Amino acid sequence: MSQDINNKNEWPLWEVFIRSKAGLDHKHAGSLHAADADMALENARDVYTRRMEGVSIWVVESRHIRASDPGQSESLYEPANDKIYRHPTFYNLPDEVKYM
Amino acid sequence: MVQSFQEHFDSLIDREVTIEPKDWMPEDYRKTLIRQISQHAHSEVIGMLPEGNWISRAPTLRRKAVLLAKVQDEAGHGLYLYSAAETLGVSRDTLYDQLHSGKAKYSSIFNYPTLTWADMGAIGWLVDGAAIMNQVPLCRTSYGPYARAMVRVCKEESFHQRQGFEIMLTLSKGTGVQKKLAQDAFNRWWWPSLMMFGPPDAESPHTEQSVRWRIKRMTNDELRQKFIDVTVEQAKVLGLYVPDKDLKWNEERGHYDFGTINWDEFREVVKGNGPCNRQRLETRKKAWDEGQWVRDAAMAHAAKRKARKQEAANAA
Repeated sequence: MSQDINNKNEWPLWEVFIRSKAGLDHKHAGSLHAADADMALENARDVYTRRMEGVSIWVVESRHIRASDPGQSESLYEPANDKIYRHPTFYNLPDEVKYM
Repeated sequence: MVQSFQEHFDSLIDREVTIEPKDWMPEDYRKTLIRQISQHAHSEVIGMLPEGNWISRAPTLRRKAVLLAKVQDEAGHGLYLYSAAETLGVSRDTLYDQLHSGKAKYSSIFNYPTLTWADMGAIGWLVDGAAIMNQVPLCRTSYGPYARAMVRVCKEESFHQRQGFEIMLTLSKGTGVQKKLAQDAFNRWWWPSLMMFGPPDAESPHTEQSVRWRIKRMTNDELRQKFIDVTVEQAKVLGLYVPDKDLKWNEERGHYDFGTINWDEFREVVKGNGPCNRQRLETRKKAWDEGQWVRDAAMAHAAKRKARKQEAANAA
């Protein structure tokens, strides 16, 4: 998302996602520069997992990420506000009903 | 409800909501952050040099492994911070240019020489100690990527201070000569460490606005006092003397009073006239220039591999 033009010779920017242990999701850890995907993985290993922070790494070039616009938060997320019937607590059931 | 961008931004700050890269922000907020985060990143990178000086001469294999790990961490911290700065729309190359041309500053502490092995202890204990004091409140700074980088840095930094204190402890419990080395390093690093917190609040041009924006959570003087109060107690454990004849516990304030800091020296070092300013920048520029062919070769290699893959795909 760099608007700076002084980066013609830079290695591309990559976003790094790390699974901290088996069974958990990959989570965004940060970013780094690398010439290609293999180097991005190796650099991510050195930069973001020096203390056993991960068991799996994903890298993706930053320019491939499309991010939502915070200015549109209202139109994107507000419609969910009046749909409380999507939550289980919306429904009143008698106390004697178990396991539901 | 019509709100200006500015009002919206102010209300986020007031409600302690974190600002993220795609949020609208005032141009000065962006500039202040770029300046502060990149200065911080440059400090991590230049900060490797005084310690790098002792890697090959560490007294034992254990000390060498530890020092190597610490210096590698500092490279990592620089990278976290450069990445955070880049989310504000400035390129890595621009940031490097600013460092290499002398336009951007880094912490003045790294312009002092590391004369003996004891300096590795004093740096870990005092310089990293002061850095942690500075950095812990920054974990709650208002800009998300900066705050997240600081959380990671702080987690790693505590080993840095502990290993430094351990070196000082070993020396101060050692032979007479070793204890002397420890005291001498303490004498040389104490005052520059106090300067790390920056000029007094009254003379700090950016403090007020930065506190308003929650970029800074505590002022220079508050942090300095806190550092002195905890470090003086630690010096007692080492059995070393704090090199300040005016240092005295003030019952009323509940803090230590301390002597006058030599701000003329600070300003000279910031201006570029410290003992090692020129050497540090030259070393850094040399490393960057001599690495150019590696960076170029990596790009050429990546392009070649991509083309080969494309060819194979076309042939199939």
